[in-house]
Amino acid sequence: MHLTLKENEMLSESQGRATQKAMQILVALGEIYGAERMIQVTSVQIAGVSYDNLGEAGLKFLSAMADGGGRVRVLTTLNPAGMDTENWHNLGIQPDFAEKQQRVLEAFARMGVTTTCTCTPYLIGNLPHYAEHIAWSESSAVCYANSVIGARTNREGGPSALASALTGLTPEYGFHLSENRLPTLTIQVTAQLAETCDFGALGKVIGEQIQASRAVPYILGVHRATLENLKSFCASLATYGGTALFHMQGITPEAALFTPPEKRVSVSQAELEAAIHSLNNAAEEEVDFISLGCPHLSIHEIEHISRLLDGRQVKKEFWITTARTTKQIADRMGYTRIIEASGAKFAADTCCVVAPIQGRFTAMATDSAKACYYAYSKNKFKTVFLPFEDVVKQALL
Amino acid sequence: MRLHGRSIYQGTTQGEALATLQPISFFGGVDPETGVVVERGHTLEGQCIAGKVLVFPTGKGSTVGSYTLYRLKMNGHAPLAILNAECETIIAVGCIIAEIPCVDQLPINEIPSGSLVRIDGDSICIEESVKSKTNGVHP
Repeated sequence: MHLTLKENEMLSESQGRATQKAMQILVALGEIYGAERMIQVTSVQIAGVSYDNLGEAGLKFLSAMADGGGRVRVLTTLNPAGMDTENWHNLGIQPDFAEKQQRVLEAFARMGVTTTCTCTPYLIGNLPHYAEHIAWSESSAVCYANSVIGARTNREGGPSALASALTGLTPEYGFHLSENRLPTLTIQVTAQLAETCDFGALGKVIGEQIQASRAVPYILGVHRATLENLKSFCASLATYGGTALFHMQGITPEAALFTPPEKRVSVSQAELEAAIHSLNNAAEEEVDFISLGCPHLSIHEIEHISRLLDGRQVKKEFWITTARTTKQIADRMGYTRIIEASGAKFAADTCCVVAPIQGRFTAMATDSAKACYYAYSKNKFKTVFLPFEDVVKQALL
Repeated sequence: MRLHGRSIYQGTTQGEALATLQPISFFGGVDPETGVVVERGHTLEGQCIAGKVLVFPTGKGSTVGSYTLYRLKMNGHAPLAILNAECETIIAVGCIIAEIPCVDQLPINEIPSGSLVRIDGDSICIEESVKSKTNGVHP
């Protein structure tokens, strides 16, 4: 791979140990995937923030990178942490965990990373434009940035995204190249999509169909999709299919550049309902945890919850997960007061996927297909998968 | 026997090979405290990778696996080196941050468990079987 003089300098130790390590990572990935050169990125999103996933080794690595002089060169934001940084005691987080989590955030902050702690950076000020080269981890945000926005990123891991942040570079391969963004399979959707959770179920059906082939799907038959529908769809497609890019006719910007590929499969109402059924393995009376906000809730969704909870009392542990800045708007609008008066809890900066809650509950009610996957595989919860309003109603039973 | 591959992380070391033809997931598939393979049904299940030249086709699973390699290195249970057929992001990043020598693009089925492997940059020398040597049997 060809490196410029400046890039070679980063690879030597002259710009510090952290920059050198970052450049070693990017050069190795470039060699593996056949990149000819590095390209500049303008935005980075780093996953691997929760101490629950990083452990002591991850914390040591991040501290070493900060000690080694690592400093971000571009706008860099962070994925959710393992706890609400202000309200962790009220959510049952142990002080020892909180201390370790704070040290993780401090290591990132020392490197100049903006510690946003959200999986929806595009909602709070890290919003790339069409065709912009970026280096994002967090699989749902990668899928959203590539598909809904038309920006260009590979599915980075935590360390490779950090490497791009510290150098402002990424090797040019994969979804940075136009030829790899071509659709390879047409998906004709005939199922009805009424609720956000239906989009999550659709993401599961399509994801499981294309997981092995690594296809770039071209989706037909979806006539209308809100931001909330799309963020749920992206999260599910990335979780169940490992998918980083799709095109949706009439909805996503690159769809108009292509004609639907000849190879075609369809998604019927029966398949959608089977997916919904597969995400329900608990009886309603078993539900002891309600979770909304995977991906993090928009202000529109929080306003909706406040209307449903106004003057009522919840009877179960109910977490509302969102970005800190979104919660601050909810504070101003009075939604927070209504929601907290009901007994429901805000868990800003974190979510039910990355918080240390393994085994704490029996069954979780949610409208997120992605959350169901991690509830089962990581936290050992059963799940009830319902439309948004019905999830809120579960909390009142 | 001498082989040449592509160096992912440079280093010089030698040790006994532990080989499998199945991909390895470091997150969830290897105990980060002991280096024992815990993936159910894996051909290496129950075996310890610590101090071995670990030979496998490619990585799989969560990208958090890179940190598992770093954690194994920190607690002294990392493999001495990793040899792959095709290295991917998780293993490459893990080897770079943990500073574990790594070479790929190798015919890994020619490196059996028990052989003594010397690694020098992108060059691999497979000496002879450690086990057959101790048994006094010619390979």
